[in-house]
Amino acid sequence: MNKRIISISILLSPIFIAALALFWGAYDISPSQVIRAIWNSVALSQKETEVDIVMNIRLPRILLSGLVGIALSGSGVTLQGIFKNPLVDPFILGISAGAAFGCAIAIGFMEWLPVPLSSFAFGLLSVFLAYSLAKTQGEVSRLPLVLSGIVVSAFFTALVSIIKFLVDPHRLQSIVFWIMGSFALADWDGVVSLFIGLCIAMIPMFAMRWRLNPLSMGDEEASSLGIDVKKERLLFIALSSLGVCLCVAKAGIIGWTGLMVPHLARMLVGPDHKLLMPVAMAGGASFMILCDTIARSITSYDLPVGIISASLGAPFFMYLMKKGGKEAWGN
Amino acid sequence: MGQLRLEIKNLSFRHRSTQREVLKEISFYADSGKVTAVLGPNGSGKSTLFKCITGIWKPLQGEVRLGETEILSLSTKEKAKIFAFVPQSHEAPFPYTVLDLVLMGRCPYVNLFSSPSAKDHEIAEKALSTLGILHLSQRPYTKISGGERQLALIARALAQESQVMIMDEPTSHLDFKNQLLVLSTIRSIAQALNKIILITLHDPNCASMVSDQLILLKDGKLLGFGPQEELITPATLELLYGIKSNIIKHDRYKVIIPYIKYKERLT
Repeated sequence: MNKRIISISILLSPIFIAALALFWGAYDISPSQVIRAIWNSVALSQKETEVDIVMNIRLPRILLSGLVGIALSGSGVTLQGIFKNPLVDPFILGISAGAAFGCAIAIGFMEWLPVPLSSFAFGLLSVFLAYSLAKTQGEVSRLPLVLSGIVVSAFFTALVSIIKFLVDPHRLQSIVFWIMGSFALADWDGVVSLFIGLCIAMIPMFAMRWRLNPLSMGDEEASSLGIDVKKERLLFIALSSLGVCLCVAKAGIIGWTGLMVPHLARMLVGPDHKLLMPVAMAGGASFMILCDTIARSITSYDLPVGIISASLGAPFFMYLMKKGGKEAWGN
Repeated sequence: MGQLRLEIKNLSFRHRSTQREVLKEISFYADSGKVTAVLGPNGSGKSTLFKCITGIWKPLQGEVRLGETEILSLSTKEKAKIFAFVPQSHEAPFPYTVLDLVLMGRCPYVNLFSSPSAKDHEIAEKALSTLGILHLSQRPYTKISGGERQLALIARALAQESQVMIMDEPTSHLDFKNQLLVLSTIRSIAQALNKIILITLHDPNCASMVSDQLILLKDGKLLGFGPQEELITPATLELLYGIKSNIIKHDRYKVIIPYIKYKERLT
């Protein structure tokens, strides 16, 4: 039962990685100090620098990156399943580009508009655009939806470039930083609000995960198995887009996780979504926490986590495609 | 086991954008315990007929009735409890295990927010052992032979526990041995489990082996409906395919010998 051992260790991995990440950081705190800081804040509610760093900077940041990892890879699993395409990710529908535009326009020209709200609104708008664009072709099937996602992406990316070109250079910097993705601004309020939002998106999606198996067999076959394909697919797209938009609004755009983690998980535990979904979510949390820990501790600067996830992810992914990819692609 | 009859009355269909009717007032019935086969040349409307019966496409007019139940107005989920569709053995997008594939047949019985129960697993495993492929349950569906895939898809249809089983060219991609295996399996399912089986076939020889009743379809029109002994004749085959042939009888089998005209020269 090799698969069972692998699944259990991936499912438990976020706990260990999070604990490890708590001991790590730019500000040098020894492991014993960390433990004392946790103890002090829980039992004695003392205020010292170490307590503050561990409890109010590192811990919320770890939790936030874990939540984002769960949402991005969970949405990745869902979208790959319903488009029966292992090379789709949460950003292919244009969410990324739409959200980036929302953020750029709010930072650059409309300061009265809260950045998260704007990116969330434009992220949803672009999914909606991609979906209705695909719908004009009659039935919404896999390829038109992916293609219209690419079209919408290209459109919003162009708009972002225009803003970057026109905007005043000081603001350009914060737009660029946002788009690269970061957890630097994590705090407890952010963790709580993201957690509540993600519960609304992820709990129904998680409960419905087994239906991704029949849904991935194609529209007609799924329908002959008793699935209301249009309704359930729309529900899955809406829930996963909501999850991704909430993450983008909180932490900017973090690529790769939603594409790569579901892939890795599928290679390790197989394609059955009942097992794949929790394993990918746990793996996503671990991966994101790991990336963010590296991002905040390898230099004295806080690097954008998107850079780490891509530079860790891409070579590993290439290696896997060469080595064991065939299994996961199903030929 | 009671007798059940699937009745199709005056079924017509045309695609939304065209005026041409793909199916014209088709009427026939299929009884439980029997195999009813649809024969017809390519493009005669066989697949369309099945899509209309199972409600994947909406017919222009007509009725589909199982016993007293009118079926076309039922929900997708309720329809899936009545019809199980067996597609041609195909490529799965992901390498699901055979057991995962068969479990998909439990879909109409699994709640929107849950997964198959222990009982569903039991039913799926029973379907696999009925077809003698329980040993394949943990193998990836993408790594088994075409014949085994077809059997796995039939097992999934069994797990769906529907009264009607609909099969689209179940033998088309199989070698000779697997064709016979699948055809004999289909026949025993109809008889032993008292199911209504509707099947399309390319080869009239296969139809004479496996079917009780025949439906002859050409250009969307019903050319004939009745027992296969009466319908597999040189005259009907010429009408259907435009091929002259002779038929030899051996025990309960018929062998069709077509006259093939060879061209002297290819131009």
